[in-house]
Amino acid sequence: MSRAVEVLRGARWRDIAARALAAVPLNYAVTSTITVLIARILPGSAQQASIGATLLCFIIFAGVAMTAFAVRSVSRLWVGLITIGVAAGLADWCLIAWGGRL
Amino acid sequence: MKNGFRQSMAWLHTWTGLLLGWLLFAIFVTGTSSYFQEEITAWMTPEVRSVPVDGPTRFAAATRWLEREAPGASEWSVYSAGKRAAGMQLYWVNGPDAPADAPTDARLDGAGRKTEARETRGGEFLYRFHYDLYYINWYWARWIVGIAAMSMLVAILSGIVTHKKIIADFFLLRLGKGQRSWLDAHNASSVLFLPFILMITYTGLVSLATHYMPWGIAANYADEQKFADATFPWPAPAERVGPAPLIAVAPLVERAERTWGVGAGSVRILNPGDRAAQIIVSTAPDSGMSVRQRSLTFDGVTGKVVGAHNPSGAATATEGTMIGLHAGRFSNGVLRTLYFLSGLAGCVMVATGLILWTVKRRAKLADPERPHFGFRLVEKLNIGAIAGLPFAMAVYFLANRLLPVGEAGRSGREIAAFFIAWGAVFVWSAVRPSALAWIEALAMTAGAFAAVPLVNALTTDRSLVTSLGSGDWVFAGFDTAMLLIATGFGWAAATARRRSTGSGAAGGKRPAKALSTKVA
Repeated sequence: MSRAVEVLRGARWRDIAARALAAVPLNYAVTSTITVLIARILPGSAQQASIGATLLCFIIFAGVAMTAFAVRSVSRLWVGLITIGVAAGLADWCLIAWGGRL
Repeated sequence: MKNGFRQSMAWLHTWTGLLLGWLLFAIFVTGTSSYFQEEITAWMTPEVRSVPVDGPTRFAAATRWLEREAPGASEWSVYSAGKRAAGMQLYWVNGPDAPADAPTDARLDGAGRKTEARETRGGEFLYRFHYDLYYINWYWARWIVGIAAMSMLVAILSGIVTHKKIIADFFLLRLGKGQRSWLDAHNASSVLFLPFILMITYTGLVSLATHYMPWGIAANYADEQKFADATFPWPAPAERVGPAPLIAVAPLVERAERTWGVGAGSVRILNPGDRAAQIIVSTAPDSGMSVRQRSLTFDGVTGKVVGAHNPSGAATATEGTMIGLHAGRFSNGVLRTLYFLSGLAGCVMVATGLILWTVKRRAKLADPERPHFGFRLVEKLNIGAIAGLPFAMAVYFLANRLLPVGEAGRSGREIAAFFIAWGAVFVWSAVRPSALAWIEALAMTAGAFAAVPLVNALTTDRSLVTSLGSGDWVFAGFDTAMLLIATGFGWAAATARRRSTGSGAAGGKRPAKALSTKVA
């Protein structure tokens, strides 16, 4: 009985740790790539697009952090976030390589 | 997270709220006090009596002072915090002939006389603490504060989705019912003030946004300096070409104020006394909702307008207004008081949330006489934060009056007194039984706040009676606020004591359930 509880506890802690890692460091990386993408595609001057994207980034971060603790599957959470991050990162790289920076 | 969405969010709300709750409480309390930063500074420098003078006159007076005291400087700048500030802050950059230890700053009163007051950081210390902390590097401090603010945002959003009946919580406050009352107090303070609390958290993050998320700028600028130059122009003094008298500053300030229709807040003079002189006049920090200031640049000899900076663009306006909403510098007395009360509600929300964590778990403890380590830790940290920080602030004000006036390094010792007092409450709560420590710490805090007007009356000639009689609203307001806060803490201590002794005989209930509604 107590052994079962311990095993369950261990699993629970691993689950929480995996979600927390997704919700903070991975989230920061993904939010950063999305923020760069928004700063590249917002209309208007480079300065306005940069500021606008920066204003939005905290909504994205908070949303992803909550999602990390709301979804059922931790593995799908990680796969999903990494996919979004890599896709946005690739798009960032292409847009900067193509359009250049000031 | 196998259970439903609402349970997951309730769990997230509990733990994000708890982990950084103590720091958030400190940020909220010191931030709330900062709505009266200028008034706190005025109270902490009782020697200064000057009343604010109109813009052009005081800038002219400050310039005359600089001509006399810092004639060889390559640039002068004069800052006024706005209509509420009695004095002006002056900075200058000494020329090559000046000795290395020559002064580079001074405070003047509205009439342009050097402020002869006790050395103190006043309200500015509390303001800076709320995002730069103290004793640690500001760069990391801002990251820590940002992490706390983001936890707060997640705690608020997950708290909202946890609610079943958010409208009903507006009107629900059942007192004297233990856990239920704590929950009601937590809900009432957070739901009723939700627009403010959401606004203040998000705009707080926005205030330091580029510190946390520099990648939005990096996306478009290979060189960050180019962004800074476009956004916050800060010209350096040009090469000197030869002496020429500086034009009178007052008419230029007047002209700038007429152009904008709002008051000027700073004057920066490059190369004073040279043909290459330039005078840059900027709008006051309290002149509008956006903190992004406009400026006009004049030739320092002829007085011709040679440049203008008008921050424009939707994103800049949004950003500037968000930061402006956070700081509330534009607000008048009534709005400022509402800001302060909303800030207090935020403090109550954090404090009741922290206490609720222990109240909920106390009922489920295996052995209530010997709670596990985690529970005891939270309980002690709650006392140290919720009673300890206000106590430290009262001690900071008392130290301002009691430390010798002429002493060197005085402002540092006021701050040391603040942290020693705060630390002492943590130590006290660690060595005393929690139920007693709550009562004692709350009573001590009440006593310390009550002592502030008393000590003020004994050490200065600006007692509450005098200030009420002479219509000195800054001093009267400060002393009255101290008495009101003392009453609040006294009531909390009395309630904690009554519940503690009342339930002692009955056995079942435990004391800290006690403090019925708000503590902060």
